[in-house]
Amino acid sequence: MNDTEKIVPELTKRKRRGPFMEVLYRLAKSPLAMFGLAIIALLVFCAIFAEVIAPYSPIKQDLMHMFETPSAEHWLGTDEFGRDILSRLIYGARVSLQVGFIAVGIALVTGGMLGAVSGYYSGWLDNSIMRVMDVLLSIPQTLLAIAIVAALGPSLMNLMIAVGISAVPTYARIVRGSVLSIRSMEFIEAARAVGSSDLRIILKHILPNSMAPIIVQSTLGVASAILNAAGLSFIGLGIQPPNPEWGAMLSGGRQYIRDYPHMTLYPGLAIMLTILALNFLGDGLRDALDPKLKR
Amino acid sequence: MADNNLMLDIRDLTIHYETDSGVVHAVEGLNLQLGRGESLGFVGETGAGKTTTALGIMRLIPNPPGKIKSGQILFDGEDLLKKSEAEMRRIRGAKIAMIFQDPMTSLNPVMTVDKQIAEMIRLHRNVSEHEALKQAGDMLELVGIRRERMHDYPHQFSGGMKQRVVIAIALACDPELLIADEPTTALDVTIQAQVLELMKKLKQQFSASMILITHDLGIVADICDKVAIMYAGRVVEYGDKRSLYANPLHPYTIGLFRSVPDIDEDVDELPVIPGLMPDPMDLPTGCAFHPRCSMAEECCSRERPEMKELEPGHFVACPVRARMLGQA
Amino acid sequence: MLRYILRRVLFLIPVLLGVAFCVFTLLYLTPGDPARMVLGDLATDEAIKEFRDKEGLNDPFLVQFGNYVYKAVVHGDIGRSYSTKRPVMTEILTAFPYTLKLSAFAMIIAILIGIPCGIISAIKQYSWFDTITMIFAMIGLSMPVFWLGLLLILLFAVHLRWLPSSGFSTFKAMILPSAALAAQSISMVTRMTRSSMLEVIRADYIRTARSKGQKESIVIGVHALRNALIPVVTLCGLQFGHLLSGAILTESIFAVPGVGRLMVNAIMSRDYPMVQGGVLFVAITFSIVNLLVDLLYAYIDPRIKAELK
Repeated sequence: MNDTEKIVPELTKRKRRGPFMEVLYRLAKSPLAMFGLAIIALLVFCAIFAEVIAPYSPIKQDLMHMFETPSAEHWLGTDEFGRDILSRLIYGARVSLQVGFIAVGIALVTGGMLGAVSGYYSGWLDNSIMRVMDVLLSIPQTLLAIAIVAALGPSLMNLMIAVGISAVPTYARIVRGSVLSIRSMEFIEAARAVGSSDLRIILKHILPNSMAPIIVQSTLGVASAILNAAGLSFIGLGIQPPNPEWGAMLSGGRQYIRDYPHMTLYPGLAIMLTILALNFLGDGLRDALDPKLKR
Repeated sequence: MADNNLMLDIRDLTIHYETDSGVVHAVEGLNLQLGRGESLGFVGETGAGKTTTALGIMRLIPNPPGKIKSGQILFDGEDLLKKSEAEMRRIRGAKIAMIFQDPMTSLNPVMTVDKQIAEMIRLHRNVSEHEALKQAGDMLELVGIRRERMHDYPHQFSGGMKQRVVIAIALACDPELLIADEPTTALDVTIQAQVLELMKKLKQQFSASMILITHDLGIVADICDKVAIMYAGRVVEYGDKRSLYANPLHPYTIGLFRSVPDIDEDVDELPVIPGLMPDPMDLPTGCAFHPRCSMAEECCSRERPEMKELEPGHFVACPVRARMLGQA
Repeated sequence: MLRYILRRVLFLIPVLLGVAFCVFTLLYLTPGDPARMVLGDLATDEAIKEFRDKEGLNDPFLVQFGNYVYKAVVHGDIGRSYSTKRPVMTEILTAFPYTLKLSAFAMIIAILIGIPCGIISAIKQYSWFDTITMIFAMIGLSMPVFWLGLLLILLFAVHLRWLPSSGFSTFKAMILPSAALAAQSISMVTRMTRSSMLEVIRADYIRTARSKGQKESIVIGVHALRNALIPVVTLCGLQFGHLLSGAILTESIFAVPGVGRLMVNAIMSRDYPMVQGGVLFVAITFSIVNLLVDLLYAYIDPRIKAELK
């Protein structure tokens, strides 16, 4: 227990807000989280309006302008086929965000269901689900994704499935953990006492109350999904050329690194900024959702 | 007041917590005295500043956000607030020891209890590790724990046993002053009685002075000689236990006593003091109690009341009561 | 304690069987005929039929899996590489020391830098050191290992010419790959140490230690640190898994002849037994490391040790 917490009584004067607004308010007070949110908003904008914003086609080759360093015409230069790097980055945002969100969606739905069922029903069902998760967890995530893509064959869809599946155990564990801790609380007993069905209890009471850790983990999960996907593309297991993808662009620029480092610099920077933004947002969300943890 | 018998003399102590949302006036101009061999009951509601005062005496206020703004804490005539950190370390444990509220969390979970007691002994006595561990075993026996259990970890003990260990640590170096911060609040009622009995016995055996922080007037009646009533960072009434219990003078103290159920009287509803403890970030002017006080007069919101000796050895910070007793 | 170790080791067996099953199933479902892979496109249908009979490829799925496990356990045979025709086990055992060395180096770097930085950050919370450390940790966390690797090569190998950009035979050659791989783990360990330490230094027993008159250095270094490190130990175990899979990317950037590069090449040439073997091997290593971490955990946390008695 904390001294100052005991001594300083609850601030009674703080204005009453709804819980949702309260979280947003606290989030807005964190400059890093806002920075993250701004970057992500920018990326989403780029992804949606890529056709409008991008100055060039992302796949059109221009052999007259190969390996150009940044200039007024090509802000971030061109690659070995004379393609505009900025345009490829803008289109690449589309791929990365898609992979990140869909993979996390797959992981969240599958893992969340498994975890909720596992935590709620304990017993043999819980046991068998968690043993399977143990098996999956004993394969490092990136490696599991690699193995799955290697088996399914490289494509955007398979990439998302692989990255998604490899993250399932993480979500299953988190959801199971929070379900277990909430299940034993009095208000669940009360709901059961008035005759609510299991499904109703899970959906109406347990899931909303275990939202906080899930939201935080999902935000950070999008980051690691994008990172994983870029890694897979980097070793040739993701998006196939000539489609623009940040990891693949890095991989393509790699052999020219000595003479044309700009080809590897910008895609890497794009990946890093995206991940950084998501991590900042995730951290900010964690503090905003659970102010007790903030230090 | 050059009283040689005074062990502790706190003058005008002010401690603030400076937080993002404002300054918390935890202790505001507190005065308190304690004679040698006396035990003082330090009574007040949660948030009145009792623990902060205790930590202030130990100079263990977490900083930031806590800060001792002004005042003096004279211990054996020397101001603790002027001591260096190294000097304070020689006083902590050796001369002033503290028992904390929650025994469940007060012991280091990864250290055996004998080592935790021996640590105290090694710090203040010039003995070998072996000797310190032996003395630690003696201390455990003294507080009623079998010697065989000295190599156990805290989690292997029950709450009451852990508090005994904490007491053993506090008394290990024979301190002159023992500060016990609600030592029994976290325990079951039956265990509370045992631990209090133990403290009473050991206090006599070690002839230490004691400050017992509590909000339980019954415990004070059982153990202490003197009582100080604290409200919103200040002592509002201070005196001999007998005279204070027989004749509580401050309106707040009167309210406190009224809210304790009496077994002989059958009342439907206990009288409560109207209103809530003031927000320590925004204390009322003058007497902090005046908004809740039934006897408050206009002057109460203006002037901060001084402590006045209304009966021999019985001090009260309330000008209204003083006037009523003809001592204005 | 011994019984606990035994139980944990026994528990490892079903997990590893599960891993083998997953990996085997993945390969089984992979399109393409292994016989054709081994014998090449020019092989006659007859030769292929003969190979399928000999290798038991026509057996039911579970029989094939049983055979795979039997051969792996009894003979240490986990198949033959399609491309080099050598036993997968031999190939992996040659490459594995590199991967292990790389991951272990990265882990050591992460611990040596991460723990002290985390401690200082926690006790000097909100200081400039804390702020800078936390920003760096966040950047390190967000930095893709393959990009960091390339940047390091660009700076230290291409521009400054201080260190070689590939290989793993000399100490100098080991610096860049280990540093690139370690970056994320350093950040994780720093952040975890800091938050764990922050929680612990507010604990009541730290106040008790101070109230004894103990020196601040010992309060932090002995009382707080031992408690704060308990969750960090778990994290380090998990990080080792990340390092092993991160090694796959790092090895292919720095041309380290480890299991990772072996696997990437195998994936490219659709050499599935090799991929299978690689995944299995890394999973086993990871499981063993986690077992060791759990044992260490039980050793440093008496609350867990007591449960085992």
